[in-house]
Amino acid sequence: MSQKRPMSPFMIGPYYRPQITSMMSILHRATGVILALGSLALVWVLVSLSMGETAFAATRSCLASPYGKLALAGFAFCLMYHLFNGIRHLFWDTGRGFDIPAVYRSGYAVIVLSLLSTAIIWWLATSSGGAA
Amino acid sequence: MNYRDPLATARGLGSAKSGFGHWWAQRVSALILALLTPFVVYCLARSGLSDYTMLIAQFANPLWSGASVLYVLALFWHARLGLQVVVEDYFHGRGLETALQLAIKIVFSFAAVVAVTAIARLALIS
Repeated sequence: MSQKRPMSPFMIGPYYRPQITSMMSILHRATGVILALGSLALVWVLVSLSMGETAFAATRSCLASPYGKLALAGFAFCLMYHLFNGIRHLFWDTGRGFDIPAVYRSGYAVIVLSLLSTAIIWWLATSSGGAA
Repeated sequence: MNYRDPLATARGLGSAKSGFGHWWAQRVSALILALLTPFVVYCLARSGLSDYTMLIAQFANPLWSGASVLYVLALFWHARLGLQVVVEDYFHGRGLETALQLAIKIVFSFAAVVAVTAIARLALIS
């Protein structure tokens, strides 16, 4: 059964130029996988929160470390991208927005919105004094 | 003489089989998550995860803890369905594919149950 057959995005690169449409599609999947695995960290936060103040302080110091902050910032971007591109997908499910100019317009809108909202989240988190 | 309803003989025999249920569940959970995520992210970012008593106090409100339960259930359901499709696309063969599919089901069911238990505990202690 396990023959060496080419897998889904095999044509990008050697055969044709990457376009925003295919790149955004694969990024939706990649951010989805990161979010799915990262959602397990949310369980860890909830559990430590329910275990009391000392348990939560340990979680908090872990998230407030440089690596923790980097992970949170990356996670925030993945979440915002997957959210806005997911809304784009739900809109497509209604059968609209499929002509090429519309696909490009919604694509650029998703990129701008996800970067902007990630910046707003970061500003909110740091200005609240917690920074984690 | 065949007394069976034509729909009963056709149901489940299309190429999609039970696939539509998977597709629809992914959309329903997506809608719940799309509606709740801005609220959840705003609450978490504004608290900066720093004020323990403030974070705990929010769970005393049944609307808040109820929405949290809905959120984690939709989240792990959505994550499970999504990862399942990714594994179906990139892993072929009995051993690894089956092991991964089983692991995804077990891990995300467990995560959902643990998250709901933690929220219940938070609702009761706050």
